[in-house]
Amino acid sequence: MKKPVFFIAFIFFLAFMVLAAIGMRPFGEPSISNMDDYFIENAQAETAANNVVTTIVFDYRGFDTLGEGTVLFTAVVGIVALFREVAK
Amino acid sequence: MIGGMSRIVRTMTTLIFGFILVYGFYVIAHGHISPGGGFQGGAIVASAFALLLVTYGTDQIQSYLSKDLLSILESTGLVLFITFAFLGLGATFFYNFVSNSGGLFGSPTTIGVNPGDLNTGGTIALMNMAVGLEVLAALGVIVLTMSVAAETIQKKEKQ
Repeated sequence: MKKPVFFIAFIFFLAFMVLAAIGMRPFGEPSISNMDDYFIENAQAETAANNVVTTIVFDYRGFDTLGEGTVLFTAVVGIVALFREVAK
Repeated sequence: MIGGMSRIVRTMTTLIFGFILVYGFYVIAHGHISPGGGFQGGAIVASAFALLLVTYGTDQIQSYLSKDLLSILESTGLVLFITFAFLGLGATFFYNFVSNSGGLFGSPTTIGVNPGDLNTGGTIALMNMAVGLEVLAALGVIVLTMSVAAETIQKKEKQ
């Protein structure tokens, strides 16, 4: 009873994936490249750093790094709280 | 892991440990020039701590690596990072107020391909150091706490 449903769902999913694969644009060519071009052209002049990846991570998108630091801090707090009885 | 490992491993660890530390701090300090940064360099330094812990055992290491000190360092790193973010609040949060200003880390870089100058980057370099401090202390605390806990559980099970 359930198997035809799953089979039809699988066919739909497969067709969707194949269509997506056909419609994919070539590797390394984004649809909208305005932001990439802006970063590559202006990052060195605006932030005076050579490493554009670090420039994006620490300057243009600093909230992401703040979140990462908070996640790490929370992980440490969790581990210390978890082992507080054992490691005493 | 109570007694640590053999004499060969200990000798090699004492030889290699300093080089791993120097490499980790190099990756942190050059985060705004070469590939790498605070997270990667901090992970390298923490791997040196893990090596020390595996080689010498938990009992001998606790006089060198203090969990409380590392915990304080971790909080200091995160607070420094947020402070640098808040200091740019004259324009926006996370504004790079040091770059191109002429002071420490403030000289402008050459546009285009260049060998790189350490005195550039502004808050990026300072934030790299803050995040590196946080990551090395955080991973150190994780490794140290879990190894001490494992040791204690082993001792309890033997009794």
